[in-house]
Amino acid sequence: MISKRSVQFKIYRYDPDRDEKPYLQDITVELEPSDKKLLDALVRLRAKDDSMSFRRSCREGVCGSDAMNINGKNGLACLTDVDSLVQPITLRPLPGLPVIRDLIVDMTQFFKQYHSIKPYLVNNEPTPERERLQSPEEREELNGLYECILCACCSTSCPSFWWNPDKFVGPAGLLAAYRFLADTRDQDTNARLDNLEDPYRLFRCHSIMNCVDVCPKNLNPTRAIGKIKDMMVRRAI
Amino acid sequence: MVNRDVVGAHYGLKDWIAQRATAVYMALYTLIFAVCALTLPELSYTAWSGLFSGGLFKFLSFLFFLSVFYHAWIGIRDLWMDYVKPAGVRLSLHLVTIFLLVGYAGWAAQILWRL
Repeated sequence: MISKRSVQFKIYRYDPDRDEKPYLQDITVELEPSDKKLLDALVRLRAKDDSMSFRRSCREGVCGSDAMNINGKNGLACLTDVDSLVQPITLRPLPGLPVIRDLIVDMTQFFKQYHSIKPYLVNNEPTPERERLQSPEEREELNGLYECILCACCSTSCPSFWWNPDKFVGPAGLLAAYRFLADTRDQDTNARLDNLEDPYRLFRCHSIMNCVDVCPKNLNPTRAIGKIKDMMVRRAI
Repeated sequence: MVNRDVVGAHYGLKDWIAQRATAVYMALYTLIFAVCALTLPELSYTAWSGLFSGGLFKFLSFLFFLSVFYHAWIGIRDLWMDYVKPAGVRLSLHLVTIFLLVGYAGWAAQILWRL
């Protein structure tokens, strides 16, 4: 049986109302035997210091709220085993986005890019009485694409997104873009490809695969980006 | 001026293909060059210039240099795009890069056809 244990943290703290500069705070937390995940530890920690800010919601890797930089690598606190981490566990906000407070970042730019790829089905035919059917093979193509929870772990680990968050769509947005390009029910393929045919929006991706490395849902944005490029090549030649 | 996000510059694909195509050609040329250079009867100026005086080899070499310069253009342009934010400075750097690379291409042709 696992007994009570203490875990050491180094946590990025920044309250713009109080602090001139961000700093790393050393904190030690006593964990109960039932505390398995990093998020459990953070919840304990907040019980001790309620000024500590982070986002969380579903606590089971579905909502994507508690994405943060854990010991230098982006991930979800609710899916990370606290015992698997080297101590002191260094927690920082997702890199590259403006910090609102402590581990909370401003995701406006991230969602702006997501919205820019029209993340919805475009079909101008009259709505059928029941549903728009797909064959099992057509549906299969969407696997590995629709599961994205928009936690931003991938985009904020991508140097191209750090340098050009206003212009480069980023891995999360491009994965979503391919999700609709690959959907046989969508009729906006040409406009979608036109929107992405841009040296910044798509071609800033140099396939370094940081996105694949960090995705907590084990998705592969690099492969999706490759397929978008493939579609563009087929369209052009 | 209103600062809008404008998307879809309608280029990028050709450069992306060109970067890969030139890389493949450079790899092939390196192999051809290595084989030709290693099978020279002797490593002397005469043998060396003899290798480069053939029409086909001139053509292949010039194509190699063009590949290097085009590949370099895309790579350097990417650097400017990533790290240089003011549009005016970036445009100037783009132009300087193009002028230099076009100049180098002319220079390479002059050197090759002098032999």
